[in-house]
Amino acid sequence: MAIHIDPLERKWIIMIAAIVLLTWVLIIYYAAVQNVHPPSNVEVIDSSRLHLASGVGGGEFMEDNLGVHRDPDGLLVVTMVAARYGFYPQHIEVPVNTPVRFRIASFDVLHGIMIPFSNMNTMVVPGYIAEVNTSFTKLGDFPLICDEYCGLGHAYMYGMIKIVPKDEFKLIAGVN
Amino acid sequence: MATSSRVINNIALSTETTDSTNKLVFWNFFVAFAAFALALPMGAYQVLERSGMFPALENALVYYSSTSTHGVLMAYVLSTYFIMGFGYHTAVHSLKQKLFSLKFAWTGFWISTIGVVLAAIPLLTGNASILYTFYPPEFAHPVFYIGAAMLIVGSWFWCVVMVVSTVQWKKANPGKPVPLIMYGTVLNALLWLWTSMGVASEVVFQLIPTSLGLADTLDPGLSRVLFSETLHGIVYFWLFPAYLVMYTILPKEVGGKLFSDEMARVAFVMLFIFSVPIGMHHLYMDPMVAAGWKLLHMIGTFMVAVPTLITGFTIIATMEIAGRLRGGKGLFGWLKTLDYQNPIVLASTLSLLMLTVGGWGGVINAAYSLDALIHNTQWIPGHFHLIYGGTTVIMYFAAAYWIWPKITGHQLFSKKLAILQLWLWFIGMWVTTMPWHYLGLIGQPRRVDTLQAYQQAEELLRSWDFSMLIMNFGALTLLISGLLFIYILFMTSRQPAVNEAEREVSYAVAIHPPLQVPKVLNSLAFWNWAMLIYLATSYGYPVLQFWFIGTPESAPWGY
Ligand SMILES: [Cu+2]
Ligand SMILES: [Cu+2]
Repeated sequence: MAIHIDPLERKWIIMIAAIVLLTWVLIIYYAAVQNVHPPSNVEVIDSSRLHLASGVGGGEFMEDNLGVHRDPDGLLVVTMVAARYGFYPQHIEVPVNTPVRFRIASFDVLHGIMIPFSNMNTMVVPGYIAEVNTSFTKLGDFPLICDEYCGLGHAYMYGMIKIVPKDEFKLIAGVN
Repeated sequence: MATSSRVINNIALSTETTDSTNKLVFWNFFVAFAAFALALPMGAYQVLERSGMFPALENALVYYSSTSTHGVLMAYVLSTYFIMGFGYHTAVHSLKQKLFSLKFAWTGFWISTIGVVLAAIPLLTGNASILYTFYPPEFAHPVFYIGAAMLIVGSWFWCVVMVVSTVQWKKANPGKPVPLIMYGTVLNALLWLWTSMGVASEVVFQLIPTSLGLADTLDPGLSRVLFSETLHGIVYFWLFPAYLVMYTILPKEVGGKLFSDEMARVAFVMLFIFSVPIGMHHLYMDPMVAAGWKLLHMIGTFMVAVPTLITGFTIIATMEIAGRLRGGKGLFGWLKTLDYQNPIVLASTLSLLMLTVGGWGGVINAAYSLDALIHNTQWIPGHFHLIYGGTTVIMYFAAAYWIWPKITGHQLFSKKLAILQLWLWFIGMWVTTMPWHYLGLIGQPRRVDTLQAYQQAEELLRSWDFSMLIMNFGALTLLISGLLFIYILFMTSRQPAVNEAEREVSYAVAIHPPLQVPKVLNSLAFWNWAMLIYLATSYGYPVLQFWFIGTPESAPWGY
């Protein structure tokens, strides 16, 4: 049994279908071809033992290993811990227009991290490593803001990131 | 056959049935609007506190307690009780029969209400300052979770009454289409049953046991996935009755007929099926869900555009036909002839305007690749205040003005004030949420009690100042409007009686009222099966994965 659809409404529905289809195609194109994905690495870690070398995911987030370094492939990696109420290390420096990989783990509760005017944004869920691949296009000092409520001091939880010209960038922490 | 089924069903309800239903509807609305009245000044306080312009107000403890209470009361109590009250009224008057069980309905009411009171105690005393999303491993006092669970369980009684009443009617009226407003209502009841399962299982299996110390640890990743199953569907649960007012009450009030009954049903079933299994767009930025699942949920999320835009078309076409009947000419001339002194007509118009802008904002949130720019920024509260507080709640106001004289028997206190109240709400919503959207774009996070802390980012801090000033005016306008709403309802109870004719409840008919509709547009079972399959596909693996990826769990923390 067919339903009665007004001809004008039929045209409207075709338009809606076209809009939805176009949106899908654009998003899937950027995901599949340009590799634009939100942080989704599904990697577990023992959040209560970040300071230890042993345990699930152990060692990576030990105090000595935090900061900016290069991985064996030459990629810049920022290893950070989010804990009430700060990001550690509290100040980092990365070069402009250079691929950077953030690896962040929470020591306690749920946190978030975002850098204004960039697509660096992720939840930091205890038990999981948050990984974001990005590159920064704007020079200057920006705050890294905790963007998920994590307790009464949440509004005070932030760090600073300095985006510097490529030729001014020096790796301060140890090279892995 | 055609003529006999065209006869309008005008069986009269007994006075006893209408009186007992009115009482039930009244008390559900009473709790809804009492919660609103309590939460409203908290919202205004939060805006002023956060603006940083009133240092005397600044206090993180009070702020987060207030934010948590405001969120719970507005999002869970106002909405659920309004929907329950409206649903009971709809079931009796559209099906023209008694409710399946009045006792059952009151049992649900009391379970929910005791739950609300229980949850309110820790909330108001600062023992549940974990916001309305209550993400673990931060924990509130166990009484908060028990209260929340009771609110949900009580609302399931309402769902059962809606479903059984409809099934009884279908048995008595084989082959006939369920009245449009009831078909939407019962789909919404089913939607709520499906979508509340996520948060209910999180609360019952994770949060209550851990808060009581029965379990030592929990996986916050699982909690977030379960909660996401509720967090999007609930928005459509809130919005559904607002649409129902537009589809089935507005056409008469505006002086015409509904443009299409069948397309309304198509929109309803699509709203049902595409509102729940797509909730992971709230988890785009979460590390514990793989990209492919997020992409799958993105596809379903955008399908919601179809019923939304069909609704926009049907409602605007309905208004245009009425406007032309009233002598309106030209492409937009008909708009001028509509009676904007009628609260339903005005609220629907304003609601659609807010939906249009809020909906486009939602496209950004739903976009897999754009969400990173605005995720957890002040844009988000801007978005959901415009869609829920604006689009939806303005229709709750209008529905209350429509229904109050019918259930209490008193004339509406002042139509003029009601119109002013709706305008103020509309203006207040824009003045509050536009700065919020903008603040989100220029990097302001949500859920912070103060912004003065980011001292090292001086320039960024200063760039927020102007918008932060403007939002204060919006919040105060909303406060005045909300108080006016409560005042109008209160004064109505002191007004003289309305005549019986005005207490009659009837719903709009379509230009071509269908004698029959395809079975699938009159079915509940089919859509439940479809939901089960779609949900199993989209949430099956993402939930089950937690049993084998071996996450080291988290112990509970305070806040
Ligand atoms: Cu935080
Ligand atoms: Cu959503």
